[in-house]
Amino acid sequence: MATMVTSTKTTRKTSPGGGPKIPGRNGNGSKRHDGFPNPDLHANRYRIGMWVGLASVAMMFTSLSSAYIVRSASSNDWIALPMPRVLLASTALILSSSATLEVARRKLKAALSGPYSQWLFVTVVLGIAFLGLQIVAWRQLARQGIYVASNPHSSFFYLLTGAHAVHLIGGLLGLTFLWLRSRRQEIAQALMAKRRAATDAVTIYWHFMDALWIYLFLLLFLWR
Amino acid sequence: MAETHEGAHEGVHRHPAPTGFIRKYIFSLDHKVIGIQYIMLALAAVIVGMIMSLLMRLNLSWPGTHWPVLETLFPTGAPGGIMNPEFYLSLVTMHGTIMVFFVLTTAPQGGFGNYFLPIQIGAEDMAFPVLNMMSFWVTFVGFIVILLAIVVEGNHAIGEWFGATLGTSFAGGSGTVGPIGGWTGYAPLSALGKIAGPGQGAGMNLWVMSIAIFCIGSLLGALNFITTLLNMRTKGMSLMRMPLTCWAWFTTAVLALLSFPVLLGGGILLLLDRIAHTSFFIPGGLYLTGVLSGTSSNFPLHTGGSPILWQHLFWFFGHPEVYIAILPGMGATSHILATFARKPVFGYRAMVFAIFAIGLLGFFVWGHHMFISGMSPYSAIAFSVLTLSIGVPSAVKTFNWIGTLWGSRIRFTTAMLFALGFVSLFVAGGITGLILGQSSLDLPMHDTYIVTAHFHLVMGVASIFGMFAATYFWFPKMFGRLMNETIGKIHFWVTFVGVYAIFMPMHVMGLVGMPRRYSQFTEYAFLANTHSLVLFVSVAAIITIGVQFLFYFNVFWSMFKGEKAGDNPWEATTLEWNTTTPPPHDNFAGVLPTVHHGPYEFAVPGAPRDYVMQTDVDVEVPSGNGHNGHKH
Repeated sequence: MATMVTSTKTTRKTSPGGGPKIPGRNGNGSKRHDGFPNPDLHANRYRIGMWVGLASVAMMFTSLSSAYIVRSASSNDWIALPMPRVLLASTALILSSSATLEVARRKLKAALSGPYSQWLFVTVVLGIAFLGLQIVAWRQLARQGIYVASNPHSSFFYLLTGAHAVHLIGGLLGLTFLWLRSRRQEIAQALMAKRRAATDAVTIYWHFMDALWIYLFLLLFLWR
Repeated sequence: MAETHEGAHEGVHRHPAPTGFIRKYIFSLDHKVIGIQYIMLALAAVIVGMIMSLLMRLNLSWPGTHWPVLETLFPTGAPGGIMNPEFYLSLVTMHGTIMVFFVLTTAPQGGFGNYFLPIQIGAEDMAFPVLNMMSFWVTFVGFIVILLAIVVEGNHAIGEWFGATLGTSFAGGSGTVGPIGGWTGYAPLSALGKIAGPGQGAGMNLWVMSIAIFCIGSLLGALNFITTLLNMRTKGMSLMRMPLTCWAWFTTAVLALLSFPVLLGGGILLLLDRIAHTSFFIPGGLYLTGVLSGTSSNFPLHTGGSPILWQHLFWFFGHPEVYIAILPGMGATSHILATFARKPVFGYRAMVFAIFAIGLLGFFVWGHHMFISGMSPYSAIAFSVLTLSIGVPSAVKTFNWIGTLWGSRIRFTTAMLFALGFVSLFVAGGITGLILGQSSLDLPMHDTYIVTAHFHLVMGVASIFGMFAATYFWFPKMFGRLMNETIGKIHFWVTFVGVYAIFMPMHVMGLVGMPRRYSQFTEYAFLANTHSLVLFVSVAAIITIGVQFLFYFNVFWSMFKGEKAGDNPWEATTLEWNTTTPPPHDNFAGVLPTVHHGPYEFAVPGAPRDYVMQTDVDVEVPSGNGHNGHKH
């Protein structure tokens, strides 16, 4: 029994290349010091922080969705909005922006900084175009005389799309920051790990915004 | 140095020690400075909250008495020196809001957590120092905005003074010190705007905005705490070697991360109801002060909203919030009890799981605040059973505290006294939770003084006792000097007896049927006999508030004149006592410590001292000692 335990310990890898990290013998507490300080682990905080932050974003949209579901069932003043067709186009845009960002992230992983920068730029453009189409959708509804206070469905439509847009602008700032940084060619190895972590974090956020939009779209126009 | 790892991890502090005053003390990135900033914010906020409670007591126990000072300060809110009910209600609201958000949430978590979590896990700073600075300053802005709610209601000395300073006038205000919705801000009262009464206009808008800002600040802080704890622990600091304080701060951060967004969502909906005239929380057909909804420009049309929806959103946050207030106190108490009982924490693992169980269950019991909202009795039973089940992990903690003390030779320092006081208050206040948690018993007791007594004892005073204990315990590490023990002991005994004298009679008042939030009870025959009790409570409150200024004096006097403390004045075991006093900018002077032992290795057989520090090498700690749950 004792030998078995020992043998598992010796075969445990402490710094695997890529993929999820295998925890050290003592939880994270021992990982940082096996050998020299590992910049990749140090940079890991960006990924962890992003997941933790997204948990809170998810909770906020959960609270708004639960309000949506309760409010839609609680009275008879609910008038379903006509779906602005332009939202289908914006959905297509944000889906493709996720794809282009994923390409960019993989280019960075393959250490191709030129294509990385270009794909990032394409993503930023697609993101801005998505925001533009959202504004078009709002204006179309306003032209039909449907405002925030018109009825509960319109209130929730403007609120949810608006809250999503605000969060998306945060993502756009992150992408723009990455793109500006990516134009600096020569960087040190330690900074490279940091850049990869930052790119991962922004990518996670952007994919989340994408999924959140699909969810909101379905909630707004298929739930009730 | 044998205690540190062989130079494997040189100082990797990502920001150099600042030199200028502004970068060092105002916009600092150092978690220690930010922690002290949070504590100072709480110390300022608690004075405001305390003065408000004092004013409320004056009005309750000496009804009809003319207070010339009130007449001068608040000519509209207290005409002739007698408060009107709206003024009293605005005091209730602001006292609750300021105490819950800016004292009970900031000091335990933002203050002590910020200062000691990174040191106790052996990190050089928080994971995101800039975010940490932002979370404090966002919280600070939230505090300023809630104070502005006092100012904009104007028509009193404070409003006039600020008005003169800013070159405007708030004479159009209602003369209250803020909105009158209570800290829970129930809709539709809070959602209607100015037409709903004094303080419901600009004051209420600022109240909602302040809370939304506070939510954002807390979220940034929680994100930082969680990431720091997960990613920044030093070598050997496995999860089960962390001090219980770290577990408590971590759980608190998780609660904050998941509950504040819900309040933020609710706050946005409330603000839209108020500003954009939506109807999330406002039902149709409301008739207020002679105006029907939709027939006047200052009372636009509202239809179909659900006031209960606000209650759900609020209490989904509100219940975890009470654990956000008290869990850090539980952590500090466990830590301090073990240190001064010179024994390992009894059942360390059970304590960790109990903290998590309390945090988890805290998310499923919000309905017990809403038993009288007309909810289905089946839901009420579910909420009731879940609520009572929190008694189990709470009892685990209490018995383990007693187990830690059992048979020990206690060192009765002021910190220890306050930690013992915490246990006492937690039990005394928690026991009524089991009564109020049963829907059938809650129906008659809801909104009476027994609720006031319950939550003040368990969430208010117990948490504050945890923070007092933490202050007396960690002050020497933070400022390099010990606090005065004589003043400290006077402070403890008067406060301890005082809070019981304040809140025990309130249970009786509640059983008699005295309702919360009423400004006076002179008109109710069935409450005539309680007046002497009301008077007793007020006298106790005045004495207890008075003695808190001894504490303030002790803090600021000891900072400069206190007895010099060494690096480890309490002979404690955890990492903060392993570094110099006060800790250097990167906490460990460039070389992070390596941890070899659990956090509470006191009275280890065969060890050279009666305690083994977490970094000590060449000491064999038998596996039965400490936190493996064995008897010893």
